[in-house]
Amino acid sequence: MADLNNFTIDGLKCLAREGTSIIDAARQNDQFIPTLCNLEGVPPKGACRVCTVRVNGKLMTACTAKISQGMEIENQTEELNEMRKSIVEMLFVEGNHFCPSCEKSGECELQALAYRFEMTVPRYPYFYPKRNIDASHPRIVKDHNRCILCKRCVRAIKDEKGRSIFAFLDRGFETRIYLDPDLAGQLTEERARKAVEVCPVGAIMPRGEGFKTPIGRRKYDRHPIGSDM
Amino acid sequence: MEESISSILDRYNHDVYRLMDILIDVQSDQGFIGDQAIARIAEDLGISKADVEQTRSFYHFFSKKPTGKYSIYLNTSVNACMMGRDAVARTFEVEAGIPFNSVTRDGLIGLFDTSCIGMSDQEPAAIINGKIFPNLTPFRVKELIRDIRAGKSMEELVVEGYGDGQNSNPDIRAVVSNNIRKIGPVLDPDYKPGEVIRKKLPAMTPQQVIDEMKRSNIRGRGGAGFPTGMKWEICRKTESDEKYIICNADEGEPGTFKDRVILTERPKLLLEGMVVAAYAIGARQGILYIRHEYKYLKIYLEKLIEGAHKRNLMGKNIAGIEGFDFDVRIQFGAGSYVCGEESALIESAEGKRGEPRDKPPFPVEKGYLDKPTVVNNVETFCSAVKVLLNGADWYRSFGTTDSTGTKVLSISGDCRYPGVYEVEWGFSVNDICGMAGADDVIAVQVGGPSGSLVGPSDFDRILCYADLSTGGSLIIFNHTRDLLQDVVLNFTSFFIEESCGSCSTCRIMPVILRNKLLKILNARGAKSDISEMLEWAAILKASRCGLGQTAANPIITSIQNFRHLYDQKVRGEVRYDSGFDLTQATQEAIAATGRYTAVD
Repeated sequence: MADLNNFTIDGLKCLAREGTSIIDAARQNDQFIPTLCNLEGVPPKGACRVCTVRVNGKLMTACTAKISQGMEIENQTEELNEMRKSIVEMLFVEGNHFCPSCEKSGECELQALAYRFEMTVPRYPYFYPKRNIDASHPRIVKDHNRCILCKRCVRAIKDEKGRSIFAFLDRGFETRIYLDPDLAGQLTEERARKAVEVCPVGAIMPRGEGFKTPIGRRKYDRHPIGSDM
Repeated sequence: MEESISSILDRYNHDVYRLMDILIDVQSDQGFIGDQAIARIAEDLGISKADVEQTRSFYHFFSKKPTGKYSIYLNTSVNACMMGRDAVARTFEVEAGIPFNSVTRDGLIGLFDTSCIGMSDQEPAAIINGKIFPNLTPFRVKELIRDIRAGKSMEELVVEGYGDGQNSNPDIRAVVSNNIRKIGPVLDPDYKPGEVIRKKLPAMTPQQVIDEMKRSNIRGRGGAGFPTGMKWEICRKTESDEKYIICNADEGEPGTFKDRVILTERPKLLLEGMVVAAYAIGARQGILYIRHEYKYLKIYLEKLIEGAHKRNLMGKNIAGIEGFDFDVRIQFGAGSYVCGEESALIESAEGKRGEPRDKPPFPVEKGYLDKPTVVNNVETFCSAVKVLLNGADWYRSFGTTDSTGTKVLSISGDCRYPGVYEVEWGFSVNDICGMAGADDVIAVQVGGPSGSLVGPSDFDRILCYADLSTGGSLIIFNHTRDLLQDVVLNFTSFFIEESCGSCSTCRIMPVILRNKLLKILNARGAKSDISEMLEWAAILKASRCGLGQTAANPIITSIQNFRHLYDQKVRGEVRYDSGFDLTQATQEAIAATGRYTAVD
């Protein structure tokens, strides 16, 4: 058991293998750390900053930082949850997120976190940016209005040669997802399904189907995000 | 075109990690990086077009469309604006007949904005096809456009005569001035290149070099101030088959230009410092990462590296030390401030978008190509040579206990003698103003936009790591300046332009804050806007890198130190959302119903 590390989350004694990311280690110990960009099995990026925790007093993202012996982690504190809430609000005003008309509603992680943090209306003014919906690909529709630039699709979906299908274009406030003109057209059924699956919001949707799950049976209808821990 | 791209790809061994260099050469060869070039590069390197496009689109000097036979990039920095940029920009537009960020229909002239180009002591300045044109006036702009239209060559466009020192070197030929106003150990012209490599290194073990550095108490000169000896030691102790030395010459902090002067006047000292560091940590490869704006130094520096090889100061068995091999390659950036952050710089040197990495791991453990890497500032390497030459005790005799040695400052703004000053740590802001001949100073920006805007009550504060730490940028403002409009707004826009966009806080919050600042500047602000800015800005401390964490510093420090300027501009006790103009917001509906004449 030499490679097991003791650490605490909010004072609670926890145990995980050395080198585990804080977010995974927390999950293994039944502690929920919210995130919008992290995805098990995919290299972390620390893009959304929602999983920010305090490690021995220092702010760090739980998806990129690794467990070490004796670490003291703060997670469910007022300060951190307020910070997370304000990030969720920022993401809401940055794009165009109209939940009532979005078929991802009820399955959307951004929406689910907003509920968790009891967000009513964002404290920040809306940008209402003019963005496109790209429906030129055979298997998926990319709705840039709903994209929160978490990079999940960029990191999780590569073609058989390891080449990027989704990528970041431009930088700063102008950043958006770019679909490779050749590879996106040749997306296999399996990869297309995965792309839809990894997207935390309704920015990548399958073509030819919509509102498949009835209201009341959607992912977060009965079990709010994080309620399983 | 096909042929030239092939030879560019050959030049970099079809190595995907050299994508930056490939794109730089294609851009400079063809004037743009179009779909055809992207497809060709992607196919050759075995990556997708999206992979090429994500790097291409990140950098300011890579363009998908032609940028004109004469591409003019005019600086937008605070200094440029203070020295008359508006009139210069207007003249460019009128004479060229196009607005900024476009190209004339005949493809002859392209006009573009660009962030600080490291010429703050000779603004307004522009880069035209890689050549620097400082001290621009509307008169000079008319001349330039007339000469361009007359078909003159780049060399013929220069009427100023080349600058002082090495700026006139046939390999540089730049109309740039050094403006060295005060010398110290780093800038001392009495320097014998190679002396430390030949005489000191063979008699010392790598650990002794590190010990000497530690004893000197020297800290990183880029601004963060990490102890250099400790950095080298951690890297030395990290086991790996390969280690790297990287020199960060990407100085992009507006108001900084001292590395440009060191690269011009003391490049051999810098290269010697890299060799010393390589010896200490056991590296065989070094990268000198230089910002794109200083590309005019390329041939000059490449020849110096060649010369070092010839004199056995680089290459194999350096200075006769068996097995000590080291070589340096130059990596240019392509217009991105965030690449000055060491992990973003490493990503960029690997041919990727300059997005900072999450730390830990730090570069000393996992850096370039995931190998242990020491990244130091230009000045740090230079100082290291002097530490070994004269000893740690000598070095510690300069500066304060906490901050030993000297700091090369870039002083600009409202003063009679802008330029480069090498001073001992421990100078006060007042000393700086006195030295540079600045009267009637209302504020000084210490450490560039990511530092602090300080007022007269702080002028006796001391420049050192413990009090006012700085990478060396000092911009002085007198009473004619509107600090909020001219300074804070400009800096905030700079951070927005230069954010990498990969972390949510730094991508979004500065834009929210700028909109609030504009609301206040446009006399629509309420008192609550000021407190909200402070409150909201706090989220930036959750950002990944220094750029994000400091992006609100212009706003925060100006509210802290110049609160009255904000108070003057906001409406007393307004409690409703004063940013919302009902008449304006309902224009469309009013026009549609035709019931009310719209206000124009």
